[in-house]
Order: sequence, then C-alpha cells, then structure tokens
Amino acid sequence: MMSLWALAMACVMASLLMGCTHRVDPNTLTFWTFGREGEAITQLLPQFERENPNIHVVLQQLPLSAAHQKLLTAFAGDSIPDMTQLGNTWMPEFVTLNALEPLQTRVAQSAVVKPSDYFTSIWNTNVYDGRLYGVPWYVDTRLLFYRNDLLKQAGFDTPPHDWAQWRRMLAATSHPDRGVYGILLPTNEYEQLMSLALQQPDPLLRDGGRYGNFESQGFKRALAFYVDTFRLHEAPDITNVEAGNPWSEFGSGVYDFYFSGPWNIGEFRKRLPASEQDDWNTAPLPGPDGPGASVAGGSSLVVFRNSTHKDAAWKLIEYLSRPAVQEQLYALLGDMPPRRSSWEGGNLHDDPKASAFREQLEDVKPTPPVPEWERIANEMQLVAAEAAAGELTVDQAAVEMDRRTDRILEKRRWILDHNQVAIGGRR
Amino acid sequence: MIRHGAAWLFLAPAMVILGVFFLLPVIAALFLSLTDYDLYALADIHNLRFIALNNYIELLHRPLFWSALGHTLYFVAVGVPLSMLVSLGAALLLNSPLARCKPFFRTALFAPVVTTVVAVAVVWRYLFNTKYGLINVALSWVGIHPVDWLGDPHWAMPAIILFAVWKNFGYNMIIFLAGLQAIPVELYEAARIDGASFWQQFRHITLPMLGPTLLMVGILTVSGYFQLFAEPYVMTEGGPLESTTSVLYMMYDEGFKWWNMGSASAIAFLLFIIMFVVTVLMLRLGRRGEEA
Amino acid sequence: MPRMAKVIINGLLIGGTIVALFPLLWMLSVSFMQPSAASALPPPLLPAHATFYNYELLFLRAGVGSYLLNSLFVSTAITVLSLAINLMAGYAFAKLRFAGRQQLFKTVIGMLVIPAQVAMLPLFLMLKYIGLVNNYGGVIVPAMSTAFGIFLVRQYARGIPDELMEAARIDGAGEFRIFVQIVLPLLKPIMVTLAIFTFLTAWNDFMWPLIVLTGQGHYTLPLGLASLAREHATDTELMMAGSVVTVLPVLVLFLALQRYYLEGLLIGSVKG
Repeated sequence: MMSLWALAMACVMASLLMGCTHRVDPNTLTFWTFGREGEAITQLLPQFERENPNIHVVLQQLPLSAAHQKLLTAFAGDSIPDMTQLGNTWMPEFVTLNALEPLQTRVAQSAVVKPSDYFTSIWNTNVYDGRLYGVPWYVDTRLLFYRNDLLKQAGFDTPPHDWAQWRRMLAATSHPDRGVYGILLPTNEYEQLMSLALQQPDPLLRDGGRYGNFESQGFKRALAFYVDTFRLHEAPDITNVEAGNPWSEFGSGVYDFYFSGPWNIGEFRKRLPASEQDDWNTAPLPGPDGPGASVAGGSSLVVFRNSTHKDAAWKLIEYLSRPAVQEQLYALLGDMPPRRSSWEGGNLHDDPKASAFREQLEDVKPTPPVPEWERIANEMQLVAAEAAAGELTVDQAAVEMDRRTDRILEKRRWILDHNQVAIGGRR
Repeated sequence: MIRHGAAWLFLAPAMVILGVFFLLPVIAALFLSLTDYDLYALADIHNLRFIALNNYIELLHRPLFWSALGHTLYFVAVGVPLSMLVSLGAALLLNSPLARCKPFFRTALFAPVVTTVVAVAVVWRYLFNTKYGLINVALSWVGIHPVDWLGDPHWAMPAIILFAVWKNFGYNMIIFLAGLQAIPVELYEAARIDGASFWQQFRHITLPMLGPTLLMVGILTVSGYFQLFAEPYVMTEGGPLESTTSVLYMMYDEGFKWWNMGSASAIAFLLFIIMFVVTVLMLRLGRRGEEA
Repeated sequence: MPRMAKVIINGLLIGGTIVALFPLLWMLSVSFMQPSAASALPPPLLPAHATFYNYELLFLRAGVGSYLLNSLFVSTAITVLSLAINLMAGYAFAKLRFAGRQQLFKTVIGMLVIPAQVAMLPLFLMLKYIGLVNNYGGVIVPAMSTAFGIFLVRQYARGIPDELMEAARIDGAGEFRIFVQIVLPLLKPIMVTLAIFTFLTAWNDFMWPLIVLTGQGHYTLPLGLASLAREHATDTELMMAGSVVTVLPVLVLFLALQRYYLEGLLIGSVKG
C-alpha cells in the first residue's frame, strides 16, 4: 500500500515536471527585448515573418531595470533565448561567460551587414580579441538639448563649443533663488560624468583594465567641471526621481540644458506644445577645448552560442539591419541607426534635431571593455554624488573611486595574472 | 507496536524535501560565503577561490552594507513598535464590549493581510504620488504641503513603513484579540469595584496578562520585518539614493544582478546572525521582565 | 459616559476600517477608469465613464491571462503536494513512535528560525544543475514541505486518541489504511486551514519565483505585475486593473474560508 502511494506521488511529480519543460518548436525563434524596444518591434516583425513564413518569432519583453539580472539568471539556468538585444556595456560580461556566438564569418558573407557602413567606434564595441560578437542595432550617445530662445535672451546665439563657453552660459542662465538652473544633471545617473570623462585623453582604467585611473589629471578635470556645476548652483542637487518630469520643466524654462540621449527628441516632440517646438534644439557635446567626444553607447543584436536556430537568428539580424527597417525603428521610437546609409533616408536626413547626433556619432568613445564596468560606473557615480553634495573634495573623491574600483577589479587582476581562461576585455 | 518502518515512510518525503531543498542549501550557503563565486566562476569553475572570511571582512568595510543595515534597522525599529501599537489598539477596540458589528470590523481590518504585497505596493505607489496621490491631497486639506514620498530620500522609508503597517497590523491584531479574550473577566470586574480607571486596568491587568503574547508577537514581527524586500523592489527599486536598500535587497542585487554569489551568501548569513542575536536579546529581556 | 465611550470606540473602528479598505476600494474604482483619468486634479474617486478597457488590455495585450493560469497552477500544485507530505509527516511526529523522534522534530522546529533567504542562492545553483530553473518545478518542489506545515499538523494531530489507531491495528489494518481511513477524516479542519495558508503564501510569494522563473512564459501574477509596473509606471488605471486581478482571488478565498484561516493563524502563532 505504501509503495503504491509512493508510486502515485512519483507519477504526479514526473507528470508535473514533464508538463513544465519547454517544447522546442524547430521553427520558433525566441528573442528578448528590453524596455521600449519591445513594444516597437512587434510592428517590425510581421514583414519579417511574411518574408520568412517558416520562422516564427516569440518575443519576450523585459523591463530595462530587470533585464541584466534576468539575462544572467537565464544564462546560469540554461534558459537563455536564441537571441537578444544587448547593451554594449553588458557585452564584456557575456563574452567572458563565453555565451555569445562569434559572427564575423556570417558578416563576411553577408550582403546586408557592411562593417564599413557603421560608425567605427560603435562597431568596435562589438569586437573582442578580433572576434565580432554582435551587430549594432541602434546607437545611444549623450549630448545637449538646449533652449535656443533662452540662450538668445541671455546673449548667446550658438550652443557652446567648449567648457569655458558652456560655463559662461550656465552661469548666465542660472537663478537658483527662483528655482531656475542652467542644467539638470540627475545625481544618480552616471552617463553625464562618464561622457565628460571620456573626452579626456586619459583612459578610465589603466594597465589593461587592472586598476582604476580616476586619479588621472584628465578625470579630475572632468569631475571638477561636473562638481563645480553643483557648487555654483547651476544644477540642482537632485536625483532623476526627485526631478519628476524633466520634460515639462525644460519646456517651462526651469532648465536651459538637458544632458541626455536620442530618445528624448521624441519625448520632447510629444510632450511639449507645438508652439514651443522651435524653442529647443540639440548640440554636440562641448569638450574641454573645442568640440568633445561622447559615449559610444547603444544596443547590439547578439546570438547565443547555445541557440539551435542560429541561421534564423542571423536572418532576423540581417532584416533588422536593413537601412529601411532601421529608419522605421527611428520613426517608431527615435532609436538612432548605427549605419551611415540609414541616415540618408527620409525622416532622419531632414531632421534638424537629429543632425547634432549624426555629427556626434563620428566622435564617440567606448567605455572600458571589462565586465565590471557597470559596477565601477555605479560606484563612481555614488562617490561623485557625494562630491556634488560637498561631502568630498575632487581629490578625495578620485582617491575613493580608485579605491573602490581596485577592489572590484581584484578578481580580474588575479585571473589575468594566472591567465587560466581567455576572458573578455581586450579589443 | 513500534513501527519504525511505517513511521519513516510517512516522514521520508518531507525529510527529503526539507533536507535537500532547505537544510543542504543552508549549509552550502555557509561554504559559498567563504568563496568568491562570481561571474568568472560561473564562466569557469576553476576561477573559484576559497577566501576564508574575506567576504565578511569586505562587507564590514563597505559603506553600502552598513547603510543597508541601517535602513533595515530603521524599518524594524520604527515599523515594529508602530505596527504592534496599531495592532494592540485595534484589538482593544474590537475586544471592547461596547463595539458593534465586531465580525465585520475584524474582517475589514484583517483584509490587507491576505492581499498580495506586490499588488498593494503598486496601489500604494500611486497613493503616494506627489501630485495626484490621494495621501498628499488629504494632507493638503489640513494645510500640509505635498510630500515627495517616494522621491525624497528622507521620506521614502517612512512611506514604506506606513505601507507595511497598513499591510500587516491585522495579523497581530488577531493574535492580540485572542490574548485579550483569554483574560478572565473577573479581574476587570474586581478592578472596577476597586474604582480603577480604564488606564489603570490596562496598565495593571491587560498588559501583564498579555505579556507573553506581546513578547512572542514582538519576536515574530521583528524577524518578519528584518526580511524587507518586495516593498522597496516594487515601490522604489531600492532608491532614491539607495535610501530604501534593505539588507535583503542588497543580497538580491549582489547575488543576481552582479552575480557575486559568495558575498551575497555572506550578506544572508550576516543577516541571519543579526536576527538571531536580536531574537535572543529580546527573549532575555522578556524573561527578565517577567521575573521583575 | 458609556454612551460617549461607545461613540468613540465605534467611531475609531469605522475610521480604521476606512483606512484599511480605502486603498483596496480605490484600486477597484480606478481600474474601471479611462486611461489617464486618475491623473487629474483633484483626483477623482469614482470613474466618470466606467470601462472594462484596462482589463481587456491586460488580458488581450499584456498576457495577464497566462500569468493568472500560472499562478493558479503553481499555487494549486504546491497546496496539494505539500498538504499530502506535511500531513503524513506531522502525523508521524505526533502519533508514531520511532527512535530519534524528539531530535528530528527539534531539527524541524529549528528550521523555523532560519530565514528562507539564506538558502536561496545555493538552492538556485542546485536547481540549475538539476535543470529546474525557469520551470514550474523550481517553484513547486522546494515548497512541497515546510517546517511550519509539519508543526501545525503535529500540534493538531496530538489530540487524536491513540485508542482509535490501536483498535484498527488489532483489526489488522495497515498503517497507510489507518492514516487514510481514520486519521485523515479527523484532521479535516487542520487540512482546510493549512490548505488556505499554503495557497495564500504560494500565491503571494514574490522573491523566490522572481529568482527562479526567468522566462515570461512561466511568470506568476506578482512577477508579471512587478514587471508591468516597471514598464507601464505611468498607466495608473492599467496597473490598478492588474492589481485587482492579482488580489481578488485570494481575497475571495479568504472571505469564504476566514474562520479556518484565523484559527490556523492562532495555532501557528503559538509556536516556539
């Protein structure tokens, strides 16, 4: 009797587990997208599925703030999709995990994906040790949104070319007593400081990504400029949560500059009334002494090594890399294409607000290609926020950043020195 | 008469599940916390190093750990007394012979307990909205300026505490109610004949008779509140400025976002040790209180 | 004076009830509002034009239907399986004599002190090697037995008179038959209590499913809702509809069976 019971239990368990394992359809391609891209891509896929009736694409949309954790857990749990979009700061991790399929041979044979057509720095963020692990899908960089009417009132006809000019404009347009500031720099976003730091000749990490390089002259100059903006009350010392609705505040003139990325062209067009649309524009980032570089960000399309549908995945990548489809993505979301030829078509070519991005994209620099970079950048920003609040001097902050960074990189140094496995991080 | 075999067959499924899926992982966590299991070790297990107590030492040197612990202690130290006070108050009201429709009130006050944390946290996130949230609207009636509940580092934790008290007080209310009902009515009658006021009755009869229940409820509530996670995950994502990052939230980020399983396990154990010490201290204090 | 006290006491109870129920009623009301109707000044309390639009959107576009099914499946499976396992174990601890019973039971009680989160990280790695990550089994199997459940059953089963079992044994009944035919009927009240407890806990569970279920296809309602809440933070009305779908089943279950639930809460809290 007991054994019967046990048998019954075993059956229940077995059927339970069997029922749960995924049935793998030979023609089903699973594709993960994050945040806003997930919604837009549903409109691009029907055309692809018409052209490839034997491929069925299953989309999963993840919130951006949970994407990193979900991807790593899925990799660890062997439940990774066939392909995903992958932010290029996350790529080193997945290269280290040996999770991605090298794509250079497919690119070499492709009639669609032409490396020379891509913005060079952006393309290079996908290359590690001579191998290509992703195809850029859309680009992201940071530059300035500005209120040209307010700048004109303050006596400036053009946006700033260098830091000195920028500082003068910030000073002229800040009235902290009235709650009006030159710029919004949310203290919990690291992209702004990082962009300024990438303009410097000194790399952010030294010795092949073994140690932090935040005590370099270049970084300190960037940090000083950043911190001064707060000390001079040209930016409020608040996070983006406290900032609430930066679009309407930009519209109502609380901030004259807004340091952000391409998707905000669409946001401003949507959120500001038609009468105010001529009052704002975009400008490339000013550098310490003349036009400056910005960050080479964005997302690539990658195929996982364990995928059983690599050919289908590559077909989808080729489809999404077509200039016409990239223009469509821009029209839907404002995601800017990584290929120069995609910029020649309709919408983008004539868009005055996009041209600053086109210009900036020729001058972008990648972030350090180590898996630890995002953690380091987060720590950098936490320390920078303390400096902005006046709790640390620039020198103290730089020392603290290096200290935290060196601790995070300890394991990496150990592995490089023992060189047991090839790890991501050399481009 | 003694049926070992049968007993073990009855026990086997439970012991296997508890042993394999709970006890074993707990022991493994102790070992894991002595290693540097991270992304590199996930890529290749040869990159795993035994590092003794390094994870613990490093954690004790990390400002984020101390601030996470501080936020958790803040949540416990303010949330538990507040929640117990509300629970006790509600139980006293429900226990009063003057109260009407007791079953209805009891059910209504208890309802938040059975709701899903994630779902009601989403609801409260909107109630706490600076501009359209009804909490600020209600405050404006009494002339209080809008509070940026979830956006201001000073207010985010109080907001989460308010939410947690609303969500949980009903649970302890039921236990207190049972405790109150167990107090012999004669005691109060005798006190009333002696002319004791309501406050004196509460002070000299209710509290002492409820003593053991209070202690037990206190200990259970404290250990529950130490495990703060879902509320900040849904309402604030640990922010603003990490002001609502609890110890468990940090463990989750460390383990599954950054994949530092070694140090995440160390965080889990440190939390366990702290909870254990606090429980023992409370028991000691409780006993001394009883003897006095 | 007593009249005054009566007014105060009932007044306070009414006030408390309003505070306790208001967020739930507001959630229900906003879920029927038109998109972005709730973000107006002053915020409306009732929908001006009630609509099912948010629910349609949830089920047709956001895939909440499959989260609901997942939640139902996972919670039911956990309830049924853990009930069977905990009843057997609790009964054995209460009524069957065997060497080491005291020590083993103490170990089980000791587990109540250890927070579940301590086990989570290695458990994830273990399940990864067994292949239970992103699989309903990853949520169900570890929940199939709980120290709390065993404790609850044992406390209750101790009240069963030994004579009943002895008589059956003399009649030659096997242990399993005794359990099914004699003990289980007597354990019915605690079964109902434990079933509601387990179901509610499984339904409301968040942290572990968040870790172990990586694919949307397996999401339970709380996971789906948390994910939606991050994507659609500004769609108040949609999120309220999602919260209603998540909360309503457990609230109804509680209202239907609250007597058992509250009793169980009292037995369970005298642990330690």
